[in-house]
Amino acid sequence: MISASCAAPALRRLFWPALALVCVLLSNLLFAPGFFRIEIRDGHLYGSLIDVLNRGTPVLLAGLGMTLVIATAGVDLSVGAVAAIAGTVAALLITRTEAGLLTIVTVPLCVALLAGLCNGLLVVGAGLQPIVATLVLMVAGRGVAQLLGRGQIITFEHAGFETIGGGYLAGLPCTVSIVAAAYVLAGLLTRRTALGLFIESARDSPTASYYAGVPVGAVKLFAYAFSGFCAGLAGLIVASDIKAADANNAGLYLELDAILAVVIGGTALTGGRFSLSGTVLGALIIQTVTTTILTRGVPVEYTLVVKALAVLGVCLLQSAGLRRRLRGSAVPQ
Amino acid sequence: MRRTFSRADVPLAATALVCAAMYLACGLRYPHFFSFTVIINLLSDNAFLGLAAVGLTFVIVSGGIDLAVGAMIGFSSILLATLITQAGWPAVPAMLAVAGLGTAYGAAAGSLIHLFAMPPFLVTLAGMFLLRGAGFVINLQSMSIDHPLYYRLGAMAPAGLPIHAVVFLAAVIASAYVLRFTPFGRMVYAVGGSASAALLMGLPVGRVRIAVYAISGACSAAAGIVYTLYTFSGNANAAMGLELDAIATVVIGGTLLSGGVGSVLGTLIGVLIYGMIQTAIAFEGTLSSWWTKIAVGGLLLVFVLLQKIVQRGAGGAVPRR
Repeated sequence: MISASCAAPALRRLFWPALALVCVLLSNLLFAPGFFRIEIRDGHLYGSLIDVLNRGTPVLLAGLGMTLVIATAGVDLSVGAVAAIAGTVAALLITRTEAGLLTIVTVPLCVALLAGLCNGLLVVGAGLQPIVATLVLMVAGRGVAQLLGRGQIITFEHAGFETIGGGYLAGLPCTVSIVAAAYVLAGLLTRRTALGLFIESARDSPTASYYAGVPVGAVKLFAYAFSGFCAGLAGLIVASDIKAADANNAGLYLELDAILAVVIGGTALTGGRFSLSGTVLGALIIQTVTTTILTRGVPVEYTLVVKALAVLGVCLLQSAGLRRRLRGSAVPQ
Repeated sequence: MRRTFSRADVPLAATALVCAAMYLACGLRYPHFFSFTVIINLLSDNAFLGLAAVGLTFVIVSGGIDLAVGAMIGFSSILLATLITQAGWPAVPAMLAVAGLGTAYGAAAGSLIHLFAMPPFLVTLAGMFLLRGAGFVINLQSMSIDHPLYYRLGAMAPAGLPIHAVVFLAAVIASAYVLRFTPFGRMVYAVGGSASAALLMGLPVGRVRIAVYAISGACSAAAGIVYTLYTFSGNANAAMGLELDAIATVVIGGTLLSGGVGSVLGTLIGVLIYGMIQTAIAFEGTLSSWWTKIAVGGLLLVFVLLQKIVQRGAGGAVPRR
């Protein structure tokens, strides 16, 4: 009963991002007829739609973590840097040690988790503004990644590790299953336990939540740690995909795309009610726009301009709705 | 201005102290660090970063953020180079046009933020994509400028200072005056402290918001012009990621990202500290450039923690979240 009454507003909030995604896809129906063609080659699915799913995974993963952080009225600017660190650590483990695949995957993820915990401690323990606390790691993190890799791009060959970003599982790229697993995990944690409610209440009124027995600090700490973990996963996928760890460019602007995906998905930057499904839609919108631009043969120099206009359009659309709802209030914020 | 030393000045004082200590330490460790050339290079090498940071200070004090400053430098530098070299514009009108365009862009971004209550983070992020993209549309390659005025300006050095350092210092002095001693400056602090309180007091919150983004746009366009003076070329790829360094220098300078507290003088010191880290690493010789990032990140952490301690001591003069 409860889930039925909750589902309706949740679905309604997904309406605008879903509509935007449909619009972007429909524009492809008109301009790029080949966009929807999916072929089976060597037992794998190929096509622009599959490509959207595959290429969108780093932003999708970072966006899932970012959703929880933004829901606590925070923001994590360090995901790009953390992704670079995770990729570099994995590359070092492959090239310098004889470690097995399990170690190569778990150690970077633990490092990323630790980085997320550091962010969380700065926010919860030291009481810093989230944007400042994570800016520290955003600036320093890339330096750390370069330090680890001695400023070089580390190339590697490792059949097992390369499967993560380039392999296939049940006809679909492995990355899709990884994202699906992360999405289900985050969904179960936040919607089938009280954690999601705690996150929203911790943002809406920290004091009231505290007196109601909600472990506000621990909830925020979890959000940042989860964001770090997701960023690490994204970093592994990027490194595995290009078979190299590039501390300078891996995950560059990942944080901005992730924040964008969250906001397009209908979670306000001020936090509170959040929607993981919305973030998935948001990330898919961003990737569909990018892929569309590329497959349409738009000169590369126009990519950013089109992306900027799309972002502005989507944000404007949502803010207009926001204004309508707030029209009654006397003092605009 | 009758003002005694208050707790709010502690971050600025600490920043100044760190700056002086770093200068002394570097001077004792490296011979020739105390030379006049090093100071001049400190100012001239960081002139375009400093100009962008000065404009950004207005935005951050008003409680906003501008992520487009780096992209604006790339865009305005390549636009200026194209106007002068390919379109054959005279240099001075081209510079004025670029500065005007930068101001207009800033005002447009500010209007979007104010009129549609859109988050500054997103609007200026889109602005960053737009300006970087527009720069690429103009020219993907770097373009050199071969113009007599540039040679004349390049040869000019009043009091030993190159022209870009002079522009930077002039902007610092003018901005410091405007922010500290004019009604407009007071309004920027008021809006940053509490936008709703400022609105209830009858201050033109909307106009102030639009103005600060216009100032930031103008300053970063000026930074782009200075970039062309510094390198004799325009490049759409210039100043990639500079927005982060600019934010870091502003915060190191004692300006709070939550708005309402900060100063242009602090930003100047922040830029000097940033420049000194780079100079010291160059003097050391064995350290690689990535140490700059780690050092800036570390300093940022130390300073924000210090600010936090000072605020707690002040009894919550700045509200905690």
